Amino acid sequence: MTILTSLAKALAAYSMTPQQLTVYRHLHISSKPIVIVPLTLAGETNAPLAAMVGPDRARPTLIVTRQPRNRAERIEFAGRLASELLFPIETAAQQTQATGPGPNARLRVVDAPQLWVPNPAGIEFIRTLGRMTRLRFIEGPWAVPKKVRDLGIWLTWFAEQAEFADTGALIAATQAIAAVWATGQSDLEDGNLAAQMAWLAPPEGMDVAAAVSRAENPQLCPPAGPSTDPTFDRLFLEPALRDLATARNPAAHNAVHRRLTAMLEEQMRPTWELTWTAIDLLRDVPEAPRVPKRWEQQRDRFTSFHRYVADGGRPQAKRDSAGRSAQRLAELEQRMAAFEAQRAYDDPLVIADHRLTGEAFAGQVVDVDPARRVPGLRRNMLRPLVTVATGDQTHLDVGQHVYDPARNGQQAVIESVTETEDGWRIELELHNQMGSGLTAKPGSVPTLGEDVTYTSVTETFVRRRPWPTRDETPWTHGGPPPDSTPVVEDAAEDWS
Amino acid sequence: MTTPHDRAEIKTAQILTAFTDGGHRGVVVDSPPGAGKSTLVGRVGTEIAAAGDPVAVVAQTNAQVDDLVVKIANRLPGLPVGRLSRDGYQPPPTVLLPNVQVASRVDDLPDCRVVVGTAAKWAQVQTARTWPWAIVDEAYQMRSDMLLLIVPLFEQMLLVGDPGQLDPFSPIDGERWAGLPWDPMQSAVAVLLRNNPHIVPHELPVTWRLPASATRLVQTAFYPFSQFAPGTHDGERATHVPTVGIRRTAVDEVIDLAAGSGWGFLELPHRNTLRTDAETVAATADVAVRLLQRGTETRCEQAPGGRRLTAARIAVGAAHRDQVAAITRALRARGEIADGIRVDTANRLQGAEFDITVILHPLSGRIDATPFHLTPGRLCVLTSRHRHACIVVGRRGIPELLDAHPGTEPVHLKGFIKFPDGWEANQAVLAHLANHRVSAPH
Amino acid sequence: MSVDERLNALRGTAPRKPHNARTLAALAANPGCRRRTLLDAAGIDKGQIAQGLGVRISIGQMSSIAIARGKGFEAKVKADGCAELLRLLREHIGLPVAEVHYHDLNPADTDDRITSRLRRSQRALQASAESNEPTGTLFDHPILQLTVNGVQVRIEPDLIAFKLGNQFFIVEIKSFAILDGTANSGKVAGAAQQSAVYVLAMREMLQTAGLDPDMVSDQVVLVCPKDFSNHPVAELLDVRKQLATLKRQLDRMESVESLLRLLPPDLSFDPRLDAAGRPTRDPQELAAAVYQVTARYSPECLDACELGGVCRAEASGMVPVLGRVVREDLGGIDSIKEAVELATGLREPDAGQQQVADLLRRAYGMRETALGAVR
Ligand code: SF4
Repeated sequence: MTILTSLAKALAAYSMTPQQLTVYRHLHISSKPIVIVPLTLAGETNAPLAAMVGPDRARPTLIVTRQPRNRAERIEFAGRLASELLFPIETAAQQTQATGPGPNARLRVVDAPQLWVPNPAGIEFIRTLGRMTRLRFIEGPWAVPKKVRDLGIWLTWFAEQAEFADTGALIAATQAIAAVWATGQSDLEDGNLAAQMAWLAPPEGMDVAAAVSRAENPQLCPPAGPSTDPTFDRLFLEPALRDLATARNPAAHNAVHRRLTAMLEEQMRPTWELTWTAIDLLRDVPEAPRVPKRWEQQRDRFTSFHRYVADGGRPQAKRDSAGRSAQRLAELEQRMAAFEAQRAYDDPLVIADHRLTGEAFAGQVVDVDPARRVPGLRRNMLRPLVTVATGDQTHLDVGQHVYDPARNGQQAVIESVTETEDGWRIELELHNQMGSGLTAKPGSVPTLGEDVTYTSVTETFVRRRPWPTRDETPWTHGGPPPDSTPVVEDAAEDWS
Repeated sequence: MTTPHDRAEIKTAQILTAFTDGGHRGVVVDSPPGAGKSTLVGRVGTEIAAAGDPVAVVAQTNAQVDDLVVKIANRLPGLPVGRLSRDGYQPPPTVLLPNVQVASRVDDLPDCRVVVGTAAKWAQVQTARTWPWAIVDEAYQMRSDMLLLIVPLFEQMLLVGDPGQLDPFSPIDGERWAGLPWDPMQSAVAVLLRNNPHIVPHELPVTWRLPASATRLVQTAFYPFSQFAPGTHDGERATHVPTVGIRRTAVDEVIDLAAGSGWGFLELPHRNTLRTDAETVAATADVAVRLLQRGTETRCEQAPGGRRLTAARIAVGAAHRDQVAAITRALRARGEIADGIRVDTANRLQGAEFDITVILHPLSGRIDATPFHLTPGRLCVLTSRHRHACIVVGRRGIPELLDAHPGTEPVHLKGFIKFPDGWEANQAVLAHLANHRVSAPH
Repeated sequence: MSVDERLNALRGTAPRKPHNARTLAALAANPGCRRRTLLDAAGIDKGQIAQGLGVRISIGQMSSIAIARGKGFEAKVKADGCAELLRLLREHIGLPVAEVHYHDLNPADTDDRITSRLRRSQRALQASAESNEPTGTLFDHPILQLTVNGVQVRIEPDLIAFKLGNQFFIVEIKSFAILDGTANSGKVAGAAQQSAVYVLAMREMLQTAGLDPDMVSDQVVLVCPKDFSNHPVAELLDVRKQLATLKRQLDRMESVESLLRLLPPDLSFDPRLDAAGRPTRDPQELAAAVYQVTARYSPECLDACELGGVCRAEASGMVPVLGRVVREDLGGIDSIKEAVELATGLREPDAGQQQVADLLRRAYGMRETALGAVR
């Protein structure tokens, strides 16, 4: 966090109104998001109890297990969730377009599915449910329906995508909101969707303070899950489950199940509504310029993973091998750096943050030599000099590479830094994006008096030797680990 | 009685034998600060090369690589030494010795007996060649994912590093790999040792840098399981600061104290402040400049007759970059005298050595500590760069802050546990500094 | 008045709520808070205080369903003379357990007083520590005690101590799952902290008896359900760090005596419970009493202390409610209003505030410009 965020929080608390942290929304929002509000049974590992799911706010699909402690019922639950999710996945995968003209074009889906859960614990639910189901066999004595296993593979993919800073595949509403607005409460309290939304969209006729206080009362605002409220468990859920277990005949069982369904729906409905409200609020924030490009990459990833699954790809291993972990870490870092840079280039508030921490400066061009050339290896190179006067306290120093967000990250090198009466004069040598000629193409060099910003934040791309496969794991990392193909024990894994 | 020299020599010989005759794929050497790590790397590299085998040397930064290239090339006149570097890298003129070749592709250095490059550069190498011998310097600062990429290039590796310095860093939350023996967020050495428990690290026994006054503290605070001794005895290193008569300030006092005992703690009144607290920054800069103004002299085994302390032999260390920038500005404002004083973060001071260091205490003026500030490696780097004295500047209240620090870090099953704990290390250093304290009035 | 008497006076008529491993482990969450230190030392039920002030308590609530499941799991591990547990000790921990004694230290009946159980536990453990018998012994449900702030605190761990050779191991049974070798790092940390309390208590007992405290291992056996099942699996947990943390916190805990000295002699936190256990004291009066002792609130309190809501309300309008990072970023400004007024230029900075005021003003200016450009 930075001083700007802290200030925004103070402003929000003082004015009792949320404060924007970014000018733009840096997250793509699907035109057809799919929301999942899951509930689990306390005390067990991710035992699904119920879920509200679907792309239509007005008509959620309600899935309630008939007996959460029963293995067959859990598979049944997964099957019903699969029916809800695999269909939009398949539909999206069928509609493709070429990535461009020419023979090298690939196919890319026109749109990719986007899942929403209320909070990070919801993402954890998705990940764990994926783990629960993806290693199952689809034939033999422990067979589950293929869709259950495929659901596992897909949920795992979505949960893994959610680890990336720039993700658009699976989103926790609390995090998406917190990326745009500061409320006047701490991050911890913002983790409660109801309390967070109390700031952004308090109920009709209620002020923020009253709304927050209401939101923190689990009897009035059920928790956003997947864990249920302990009082609800004691007063309602536990008796209902007991009745379910002791119901003598199908009719009695059905009656109890109807009661259970109704009470669980009551627990999920407010969260369902809040999640959709969050999506609507975010949709109203203007989208940052670089969002479509990132979403395009996300569509590419979806396209290729779909092909992998369609070609009978194996389910993801329980844990990453050495090579896989290193590769994933590299990708996480690279995408995080790119996202950071793109956000900075797009958003004046984000770049302001960097100016305050000294990683960027803004000022006016006070001197420019657009035609300067220096001798290169083979011929002279165009290296314009630009001098910027700034009042920002940057800690960038001579030799540092900096980039101009307004010129698509044009690279410059700091040649000198001189202190003046009211700030600094920073002399920069421009290095690229000026065309190939010996004079710069129009607009590519800042002009005298122009307001400019430079930052050291940039996307990096590192070329590397190939990561080792499982079988190539070297001795330093333990040698090749055991094969990750699911075995009978995985298929027969006990859920109890 | 064996001298420190003898002991170091015996150890070096043992390491050399273990590496070259042992048939081990990996040999690890732990080195406390200033124990001659890069000397060892240079020496092992040259001896193997001189015997006729090709050697690859891996370091972590370009400066380290340049340094090693010079060391090795000087010892191997006539044998070509390769400097592997990225496209467009301009090595400093000192590196361009007659037997040094620079290239960005390793296949362009076919006759080089020794090839030196950064780990990042080695991790890009595309070649059919492999090297029978490799030496990795600062191996505790290299992440294990990097090691994973370069291992296939080498048959036998000597990994040398300082376990007490800062661990490699990633902005990524590595929870998903926690407890895996190949956790990519861990250091190369930690992973190698976890997967090869039979490898027992060698320890270099003598610190040539730290004065006797610092060795004990640094060892107990940061290397609880190691034994190392100073290479010099108490009287061999001395700092002399001409006395000031009138107008002796707290800054003067702390300098005198440090000159006599090797340590000084200039304590400013308690206040919660920004990281770049102007008063603390100013006091830090004042100490550094005042050392020069007063004509400090140091006497040691390199200069038994004494020599004048120059700006280049002073470092000012801090935890954050904005603090470094603020101190740099403060020094600039104090005129030319401060030119040449190195001001840097703990991160970048790793491996460097100075006569006197001035440190802005990472916890000064704070309300809470964070894991970043408590990382023992950070304080270890800051308090172990000096050959004569270390002066710490900070606000009052750090022990209270530590007492109030919650001890609730997450724990992972089979997680890598590192000792010492940052809290303990910080307390140990503070307890020591309490005896070398000068209060600045305000 | 002695310290004990004053502490009793602070508590008043409310029943004493002793420390237990959980509350001791929770010390680590906010060791700098005097309010908590004092109330805990006086055995005051902080939950009752919160209730007396009409503030909801968010912590310590466990789902009845989860509790039932946890009990079932523990029973399963301990069934048939700990058969499952022994299997784990053999398989996962590699302990060469051949034949094992089982020593039941559970209460004999409802009348079994805790003091007599404590004595029984001490006798059994000490006798075992002194003997050189090679066979392993399991001690089920021993009572331990630990000196906290000069007071003997009894702890009744749901645990088993296991002795093999001349090493004692603490076995802790928890109901969170170990999935593919990993578990929730917060819960593991909690388990490690609690185990550290047990290790320390057992070491203290041995030491008092003149025996070697290091017989108690700092490696703890953690037993949890495996993956999605309720079959147990075990893992060794290294609690050296937690032990060190606990020790230093006990060592450095501000002495209750010096805290008491700062307080008016007639101070009382008695919520004046009625027959049904409902507090009857005037909330304002009770609040005034509580506020006499300084707190150190941060949002983490909400998950760690019964008084979280109380202290948050007290700190309302102050920077700490926004979180530790904000508090640090605002460089020592306490009030939110002040921070905002400094940022907007409505207030002139005091002597020590110039620097932070400049920063805030600059930040505010940039914020306005950036938002203004698109408004
Ligand atoms: S909630 Fe209050 S009493 Fe409890 S630890 Fe936090 S500040 Fe102290």
